[in-house]
Amino acid sequence: MSEVKKVATRPLPKAEEFDTKAFWAGTKDKEFRYQQCTHCDKVIFYPRRHCTGCTNGSLEWKVASGNATVYSYSVVRQSYHPFFRNLVPYVVAWIDLDEGPRILSNVMNVAADDVQIGMKLKLEWEEHEELNIPLFSPL
Amino acid sequence: MSQKRDAAIVGIHEYPSRDVEGEISPLQMKAESAARALEDAGLTWADVDGIYDAGDGGGAMNGLTIAEYFGLKPTVINTTGVGGSSYEFHAAQAKRDIAAGKCKVALLTYGSTAHSNARAIGVGGRGAGSMHPAENMDSFAGQTLIANYAMVAKRHMFEYGTTSRQLAEISTATRYHAMRNPEAVQAMEDLEFLDIRETTIDDVVNSRLIADPLHLLECCMISDGGGAVVIASPEVARNCKKPPVWILGSGEATKYPENGGDITTSAAAQSGPIAFAEAGVTAAEMDIAMIYDSFSITVLALLEDLGFCKKGEGGAWVEGGRLRFDQTGGPALNTDGGGLSSNHPGMRGIFLLIEAARQLRGESNSQVANAKLAVAHGNGGMLGSRHAAGTIILGAD
Repeated sequence: MSEVKKVATRPLPKAEEFDTKAFWAGTKDKEFRYQQCTHCDKVIFYPRRHCTGCTNGSLEWKVASGNATVYSYSVVRQSYHPFFRNLVPYVVAWIDLDEGPRILSNVMNVAADDVQIGMKLKLEWEEHEELNIPLFSPL
Repeated sequence: MSQKRDAAIVGIHEYPSRDVEGEISPLQMKAESAARALEDAGLTWADVDGIYDAGDGGGAMNGLTIAEYFGLKPTVINTTGVGGSSYEFHAAQAKRDIAAGKCKVALLTYGSTAHSNARAIGVGGRGAGSMHPAENMDSFAGQTLIANYAMVAKRHMFEYGTTSRQLAEISTATRYHAMRNPEAVQAMEDLEFLDIRETTIDDVVNSRLIADPLHLLECCMISDGGGAVVIASPEVARNCKKPPVWILGSGEATKYPENGGDITTSAAAQSGPIAFAEAGVTAAEMDIAMIYDSFSITVLALLEDLGFCKKGEGGAWVEGGRLRFDQTGGPALNTDGGGLSSNHPGMRGIFLLIEAARQLRGESNSQVANAKLAVAHGNGGMLGSRHAAGTIILGAD
């Protein structure tokens, strides 16, 4: 039998993790879910079972529009990770969704040197078998 | 002034080698450093009644296993583990435990073979998903450790106009000090640094980008290393071999990503004022600033947060070499050569206490004449996301 070379893939989240499993379940339907407290209105992200704003909170799931803004970013030019080392240079960014959640993700489909803080983005999904990954591209 | 002198650093040791592959284990380095630090103080194992340990090498029950390994039966066991700032937390907590009469001699130790293990402290990637919710949200994006800090630098530049040439001042000042420290020079040789010499601003900004805007010479080394610090009550300190270095104030704080939060401000903005207020002194009075230099931006943000200058003004403030031990107008920064150019095995915080104590005893290779006050500030975790800050204010006897 000939040797099959394993192609490295993006490290995927664990779909069964307690606090974030509803978020990752939503990605199957390409929904970016976040929580807001019906009692104190605080937006909660990353997802949790409890409200961090009040002790008698009740969290409600909402779906973000996908419109977002670059808060800060870096162009990664060196990585030893078996998947990401082949992507350099690539853009990692803290991204603010219009509804409030801030997520760590990648800015795609743009030359790394053209990315800027304040750049308007739209959500795109990278498809995988069990879940989808939220990435962003310039609007 | 109602300055309290409840506890003092009385013994220190920094393990000399940064490349120990096959020679010594992290646990052995901890024990060796402990013995040398106790000798430095004129104490013995039998005097130790408090152990402070960040879990490096101890396993799941590290407070218990390290007590057995050292052969001690301490009455205080503290296993606060918050990364590189663990040792500033330990110093703060040792001071409180000693003041409360729970122990008299506190032993802090550290050992790491990060270099030999080729652990990804400086330039590696991050792993896959995790059963911790925060990690499970972050891990898909391929954020390297350097990129985490780089995003702070990028935002700092965006908000305040900070430049790479200004950040490079941190790197050149620490290298200036490293070249005067034989152990730092040996470390750079052992870790196969190229062209070991004092660096210029041009050298730093012309070194290759690792994660924009951070260049190679703005990133810490990945060394092996270890050390120990002995902290004692005033009664014990009076009979030790070396002059006591008093812990005058301490502050502890955390910071983590928040929706809409400001990543240019670190947890030092919370821990710093608490520590300075307790000590009854200000940043401007510091002769020595031992500031966790994982990367250039770490120091710039922490100097601002500790009150050496206003938020956003750090870039202009560090210009002109004022952080060098032989210049006026600012504290001497990381006079051992820092994590950038002397020693960074992953959790550098213990070396901040050690070099600050050397300065206040008059024992540094880059000695500030008549140094009286020092701040040691550790930043554990990651500056651009979640981290724990420990600020310790130290005073000469």
